[in-house]
Amino acid sequence: MLRLRCPVCGMLAEETELHAGGEAHIVRATAGDSDAEFEAYMFLRKNVKGVVFERWLHQYGCGKWFHAARNSTSHQIYGTYPAQSAEPPAALLETIAAAVSDSGITESGASAADESTNDS
Amino acid sequence: MDRYSVFALAREAIRNHRGWNRAWESPAPDRHYDVIVVGAGGHGLATAYYLGKNHGITNVAILEKGWLGGGNTGRNTTIIRSNYLQDASAAIYEKSRSLYETLSQDLNYNVMFSPRGLLNLAQTHHEVRGYRRIMSANGLQGVATSYLEPDAVRKLCPVMNLNGPRYPVLGALWQPRAGTARHDAVAWALARGCSAMGMHIIETCPVIGIRSADGAVSGVETTKGLIGCNKLALVAAGHSGTLAEMAGFRLPIESVALQALVSEPVKPCLDVVVMANTVHGYISQSDKGEMVIGGGADQYVNYTQRGSFQHIEETVRALIEMFPFLSNLTMLRQWGGIVDMTGDRSPILSKTPVDNIFVNCGWGTGGFKAIPGSGWAMSELVAKGEPGTLAAPFSLNRFREGMYVDENLAAGVAH
Repeated sequence: MLRLRCPVCGMLAEETELHAGGEAHIVRATAGDSDAEFEAYMFLRKNVKGVVFERWLHQYGCGKWFHAARNSTSHQIYGTYPAQSAEPPAALLETIAAAVSDSGITESGASAADESTNDS
Repeated sequence: MDRYSVFALAREAIRNHRGWNRAWESPAPDRHYDVIVVGAGGHGLATAYYLGKNHGITNVAILEKGWLGGGNTGRNTTIIRSNYLQDASAAIYEKSRSLYETLSQDLNYNVMFSPRGLLNLAQTHHEVRGYRRIMSANGLQGVATSYLEPDAVRKLCPVMNLNGPRYPVLGALWQPRAGTARHDAVAWALARGCSAMGMHIIETCPVIGIRSADGAVSGVETTKGLIGCNKLALVAAGHSGTLAEMAGFRLPIESVALQALVSEPVKPCLDVVVMANTVHGYISQSDKGEMVIGGGADQYVNYTQRGSFQHIEETVRALIEMFPFLSNLTMLRQWGGIVDMTGDRSPILSKTPVDNIFVNCGWGTGGFKAIPGSGWAMSELVAKGEPGTLAAPFSLNRFREGMYVDENLAAGVAH
């Protein structure tokens, strides 16, 4: 079970009290966009095998949205950060780069990381 | 290929079974093939098999990164049904179900298809209306289903507790010709059929790159070297997205882990398949006597091929409410597979932005039932370069054009 540190209320939240919100940092389509741009916004996710940035809702906790960085092959959590972020914070990207170069991007962290290593 | 028969069995019994040959060959790859299929699971093998059988294309290689049938083909709950709502879905799933009926004879290999019947339980009034609607749609589509009242459900499945405290059974959608098959046998039988036509099945051969020239595919890079091809079929379920990325386009799928578990074997007590979407559990009894139980899908992208405790708890809790005797059973095994979910919960059988690359994916949580039908439709698409009537509605373009085949009601939760 994933455990993520909610950056809003500070609780270490278990997966069952969270709701997954899918890929983060998607820019909403607007009225003037082409069909292809709308399709990309609506359906074409990155679906990365490796480091993913995603949205989570602390549904049965403080009720706030936040962002998390996770490895989709190992469930390793690199950190969480506020929902009001257009892109991942630089410090988190450095943490990820260091973790990835240490262990390789896939199949790292054989045991499920249960504690956020970085609360940014 | 040795033909399997009662006489062959008797002959081998006399000589201590020393005369059986391997069911399929494992040759080194040639430098070039007419068609390369990536993925030796059920769908990839069925695509190759019908390419040979229906279209006469036998210079084919099937590349597999792991072992044959070791992905979702070996990780599902083996349920076969075709009671879908939309015409396009009913057509391809019913084609598949009907092919399953004669697959053993066609392939000369017992895939143990067991048309034991399937109950989709209605446990809310919304489901009652939904399943009555599907029954009416199925009647128009030529798929035999009926709607049963609780008394009839009790007769078919006496071990079930119909008066559960949370969700009493209000009725059920019944498909008498639905059932199960032996998942490994389906993969092995198709592999044997492909090998007998001279196709090359190459295991432990991951594709690491896709080569194209002038907008058309020219070959694939693998760990066993560069292999050229005229046409390429990507049939890799949860990993289709990584292959598409190698070819330079993106697929509208998200990969998540779906898990299942199986109990210790017990004497026969459940001779139908039961699916309960409201409490979220589905169950059948295998020929060995194990209770095969389908669980939930993760809500987030992952490629871990393993399950999680809260889903086991959720699934077992639901099923114990309906089958109280299950609480006495020990669960033996639990596993996860990576399924490829599309936005409308329908598959993709389509041409792609790169000429002569075709994709067959997006079967999500319910691909096993579709194996022969999917192969049938995909082989026509690959052979002719254009989809036939079965595959046409499942084009990639439907997401851009808004022509969705919406199966959230039939397929959103359980298959």
